[in-house]
Amino acid sequence: MSARRVWAVMEKEILYLLRDPRSLGVTLLLPVVLLILFGYAINFDVKNIRLAVYDPDRTPTSRDLVRALTNTHYFRLVRMLESTREADEVLAAGRAQAVLIIPARFSADLAAGRPTDVQTIINGADSLTANVALGYLEAMIQEWSRRREPRARGASVTPIEPKVRIWFNEDLSSVKFITPGLVVVILMMLAALLTSQTIVREREQGTMEGLVVSPITAREIMLGKLLPYVAIALADVALVALAGRLLFHVPLRGSPALLLALLLLYLLAALGIGLLISAVARSQQVTYLIALIATLLPTILLTGFIFPVSSMPRVLQAVVQLHPATHFMVIARAISLRGAGLADLWPRALALAGLSAAILSLATAKFRKTL
Amino acid sequence: MRRRLRHVIRKELLQIRRDRRIMAMLIVAPLFQLFIFGYAVSLDIKHVPLVVCDRDRSAESRELVESFFRSEYFDLERRVDWPAEFDEYLTSGRALVAVYLPDDFSKRRARGETAEMQVIIDGTDMNSAGVAAGYVGALVKHHVERQMRAARVRAPVSNQPRIWYNPDLNSVNYMVPAVICTILATVMTAATALGLVREREAGTLEQLIVTPIRPIELMLGKTLPFAGIGLLDVGLIVLLARFWFGVEVAGSVPLLFLSAALFLLTTLGLGMFISTVSRTQQQAMLTAFFVIIPSVLLSGFVFPIANMPQVVQWLTYFIPLRYFVTIVRGIFLQGVGTGVLWPQFLALVVSGGAIFTLSALRFQKRLG
Repeated sequence: MSARRVWAVMEKEILYLLRDPRSLGVTLLLPVVLLILFGYAINFDVKNIRLAVYDPDRTPTSRDLVRALTNTHYFRLVRMLESTREADEVLAAGRAQAVLIIPARFSADLAAGRPTDVQTIINGADSLTANVALGYLEAMIQEWSRRREPRARGASVTPIEPKVRIWFNEDLSSVKFITPGLVVVILMMLAALLTSQTIVREREQGTMEGLVVSPITAREIMLGKLLPYVAIALADVALVALAGRLLFHVPLRGSPALLLALLLLYLLAALGIGLLISAVARSQQVTYLIALIATLLPTILLTGFIFPVSSMPRVLQAVVQLHPATHFMVIARAISLRGAGLADLWPRALALAGLSAAILSLATAKFRKTL
Repeated sequence: MRRRLRHVIRKELLQIRRDRRIMAMLIVAPLFQLFIFGYAVSLDIKHVPLVVCDRDRSAESRELVESFFRSEYFDLERRVDWPAEFDEYLTSGRALVAVYLPDDFSKRRARGETAEMQVIIDGTDMNSAGVAAGYVGALVKHHVERQMRAARVRAPVSNQPRIWYNPDLNSVNYMVPAVICTILATVMTAATALGLVREREAGTLEQLIVTPIRPIELMLGKTLPFAGIGLLDVGLIVLLARFWFGVEVAGSVPLLFLSAALFLLTTLGLGMFISTVSRTQQQAMLTAFFVIIPSVLLSGFVFPIANMPQVVQWLTYFIPLRYFVTIVRGIFLQGVGTGVLWPQFLALVVSGGAIFTLSALRFQKRLG
């Protein structure tokens, strides 16, 4: 292998990249844009749930219950209903996400010491929000009820108060959770998509044959084509890490050296996947589709980036262990947020190393054959 | 005109068919997304690993702890003697939640005072942490309610919750219909853009221009096949949702197709627009990415728009996908029609019409 010939291929690739500043800009900007979106715009906290209330009781007591719910930032009162039939309308039209129905004898019952029921109807179509709304309503109505309870009658059963403390991400900020995961997704996206695209492009335009008949060996072509993208990927990681640090105070509590070492291991696997795709696809259109289906979507949706792996069906949980990103996702978060070390993470690191080695050797063998 | 248009369409279809992988991908992509969203996208976690430190060691504290493990939400990772040991389990990730019952737990309850318990949760994954905190709260509440029932005490006010439209709070019902939206937005836009740019890259677009085919015919001929495949995908998803996931379209199926066709104006127009500003397929793909990914994230598809900052919420009105997501979920889950959804339909018509017309004009100018 000659460094000069590798450099020649690299130089050509770099020239191609520089001639297209927009593409280069997108590859460098998109990760930061995503980080900013996740940091400022997108979050999972369910707040300001639209609540409509039907209150035929119309007493200070019933109004106090409504205020107890809507004085928080969890619920926002959108409408006082005139009848229970209206509940149907506001829910169907999406004007309200939940409806509270207070019985007409609410305050009378309470004054007489008779237990009473309020009814809540929740739009379950958005199951995530509905789940949270249900939890809030239950807890807040219970809390209101407890405050009214005369000490003497409830004395036989006293409440238990769970004091919850959150470690490692005290404010439950989603951007701290997303940043390490975003690095994992971006590496896979860039490495797999761009490397497969650059090789398929040569083949589509017929310039690969020119390279093959030149004295350059397959390995030199491969290295020369991949190294510029390795550099771009690492620059992206640095940008995301920097933006995460400066804008959102995402910590790096563990060893940076360990994180970098495992990151390189993961990058190798991602490049290998890119090579494998290039061996299967003949046109860039197909490359895009395969990359989208085989790498980007699974990395975003199946490796725990947002949705926990443990919530998936058992079979799927077993299958995703074959994806290097599943392991690196755990590693990246454990090192940066929890300060975990190799002693805690060695099974994951081992799995990642094994997968990278397997994917890369399969990919180089396939790449040689297609040349 | 009809004959020439037919020829361009035929050429495009031949090309799609010749590279059988494209066809496979255009069919496989929705299936794959459907299964991922159907099975994998959920925040409900179960069998959360838990460490317990019960300093009280009373019948009462044991019963509370046991009730945690009787549920499917928590699995016992380890019982430890001192809370100092929690650190090790949480840092290594072997446990997600730690529960500490102080030694006066049952005594305080017996005296009629509020008893405290300490719950420590690993917040790394704030979704799971939130869900786990909810489980702890619910299990403690059930424990107290059981005791109240035994003592024949009732709370003054109880809540009777009911869930409409999706009583089991199944995330499948919410996610599966939305696959229609992501497929049309991600796959169709990029496939159209790449297809047009490839023609320019290969220099065959010029050949088509010198033939008697008019630009409008060329444009329609290049986009109609993708529109056809897009509608085919919608049909496929509707069928699979019904027969595999058991999610039936509550509203009108023709209306669903109509909305898909309207939304296709936007995606195909956008694809065409991207092709006019891109020289290479790589550029087209990355530009498509840059537009599509943020619009999917801001469309309310997974992340509720109501939770976004006000400025961003205003911004989402410029994302046509937002309206399409609302329409698809409304028709699929709530069975509502144009009576409720007309503003969204109107928005789709306006945005689709504008984007498609502008792109078509730009496309023609580039040709002429």
